[in-house]
Amino acid sequence: MKRIIHVIVVLALGLTTLAFAQDKNVIGVSIPAADHGWTAGVVYWANQAKAQVEKAYPNLTVIVKTAKDPAEQANQIQDLVTVNKINALVILPYESAPLTKPVADVKKQGVFVVVVDRGLTDPGIQDVYVAGDNPGMGRVSGEYVAQKMNGQGKIVVLRGIPTVIDNQRYDAFMEVMKQHPGITVLDAQYANWNRDDGFKVMQDFLTRFPQIDAVWAQDDDIAVGVLRAIQQANRTDIKFVLGGAGMKEFIKKVMDGDPLVPADVLYPPNMVATAINVAALHYASGSAVLGTYIVAAPLVTKDNASQYYFPNSPF
Amino acid sequence: MQPESTAHTSRPRRPRLRLGGLGPLIGLAAVVALATILNPSFLTLGNIFNVLTRTSFIGVIAVGGTFVIIAGGIDLSVGSMAALLAGSMILFMNALSPTFGSGWLTIALGVVFVVVLGGLFGLGHGLAITKGRIEPFIVTLGTLGIFRSVLTYLSEGGAITLKLDVSDVYSHVYYGSLLGVPIPIWVFLAMAALGGLLLNRTAYGRHVQAIGSNEQVARFAALRVDREKILTYVIQGVCVAVATILYVPRLGSASPSTGLLWELEAIAAVIIGGTALKGGFGTVSGTVVGAILLSTIGNVLNLTSIISVYLNAAVQGVVIILVAFLQRGRRTQ
Repeated sequence: MKRIIHVIVVLALGLTTLAFAQDKNVIGVSIPAADHGWTAGVVYWANQAKAQVEKAYPNLTVIVKTAKDPAEQANQIQDLVTVNKINALVILPYESAPLTKPVADVKKQGVFVVVVDRGLTDPGIQDVYVAGDNPGMGRVSGEYVAQKMNGQGKIVVLRGIPTVIDNQRYDAFMEVMKQHPGITVLDAQYANWNRDDGFKVMQDFLTRFPQIDAVWAQDDDIAVGVLRAIQQANRTDIKFVLGGAGMKEFIKKVMDGDPLVPADVLYPPNMVATAINVAALHYASGSAVLGTYIVAAPLVTKDNASQYYFPNSPF
Repeated sequence: MQPESTAHTSRPRRPRLRLGGLGPLIGLAAVVALATILNPSFLTLGNIFNVLTRTSFIGVIAVGGTFVIIAGGIDLSVGSMAALLAGSMILFMNALSPTFGSGWLTIALGVVFVVVLGGLFGLGHGLAITKGRIEPFIVTLGTLGIFRSVLTYLSEGGAITLKLDVSDVYSHVYYGSLLGVPIPIWVFLAMAALGGLLLNRTAYGRHVQAIGSNEQVARFAALRVDREKILTYVIQGVCVAVATILYVPRLGSASPSTGLLWELEAIAAVIIGGTALKGGFGTVSGTVVGAILLSTIGNVLNLTSIISVYLNAAVQGVVIILVAFLQRGRRTQ
């Protein structure tokens, strides 16, 4: 009996030293599948970061998995732990609530957890949180619109899908508008972050309001539809359309000085690359990485557009 | 003696039938009246053209859907199919444009390509349903997922965009007018007229209705049930292709959100228009009214802000149920 225990102990010791000798750490990345422009950007940047991290740190392996719904993502992170034996998990949760428990289970098994963009309902679980700045995006947009219009005029607003993200952006934008009583927000309607709805809603706004000075479309996909609707109606009263997120076609328009698209507000999908790099740093160096990182939502204008233009990204 | 007596018994039914058939029209008239009171700009020619032009996609698809549903089938894949057809058509035209130029020749080839592809998709559905004997709900639910994910794969989740020079020429198809009326409205009317003729004035139309009301009897009557059913799916595929031909020039791009939930809108248009979901009976004109009604509700909600935007879907739901209530007489048929 003693002998057997002895053997087991030696074996276990041997295995740990072996693990240490290899010192191969595995980072699992779990993100939503590319089902619209922004998530397509996330997938692209996750794979870019994988290539770059694996090249820079030969002892690190990065596994990227995409999920098409929260249930699939929950199963996937279990598999990442049991099958792929990950040491760290970088996750952009499909939805906050249904993934909180699965991520907590993973955390209990000693995995280093990095949460991106959408926070879990229990922030105590994560070691690192890399967040996009949704209120900041709304605020920066509002400030730009107000400044560009000199605090005077009429605007319409196209919103995304009724979610926390949309509410945060919209509320922050309207907060800025309150400080500029010269600007009237004629109406705000949902355009579901998609081109066709952007077109439809804008057509109806154009029918309804004879004078519109500017449009806050919040998102570049919506803005594609908005621009087409304005073009079709031959309306010249609209001075500019402000989108958001940083789609490459729009960054290009800003770069080229399109008068209708003088600026864009970034909500960068490559924040997932930031998160993967933070996880890599945790293993590669002794630097302190724990904490929350808020990726800013900067204003993109003609002067700085070229540094945000990534022609190879699908978004 | 026999025929006379049947003619007799059917006579008293008529008034109720007619009222039922007018249900969607009454609903549309009510929505139009209400909209005009709420916002007079509703009845401007520009807005009416906007609504009808945007109805043309769903409307043309629903004309095809009328055949499928009357024959007792269902096609859930039309939205995804439209997305994949749009993406394929754009890639095809982009590939052709260096050789054939960026003018009408490339576009004409693109149109032929997409109609053939749509027809083939429909043929695939029809064969799987009749020869493979799989429920249409399952076949088209399967392809709903397949079509959309293939498009997502082709676009890497982003957008597939038509080359700008081709797009400039092609955009006339959506934005251009003929005799003052936008082209998509003409196409919609032509497809509806064709569909109506096919359904009511040809042997094929009668066969479709016969199959839908009782497939077994239709078989005994020596109708070529499988062939006629396959044809309804081919018609549906071609209709989706025509809708795609109108859709692509609007934004010049296709993305994974293209055609999202169009299948439900198209089926709703058909059913609101008085076609029985279980098959056997229906009209193309009803479908046209149903499709216009659906997009009018959305338009009215955008033109007014008396109801919270959070409740838009609820308003749509209430109107749909009310209209169905108005034409419920049909079901006793």
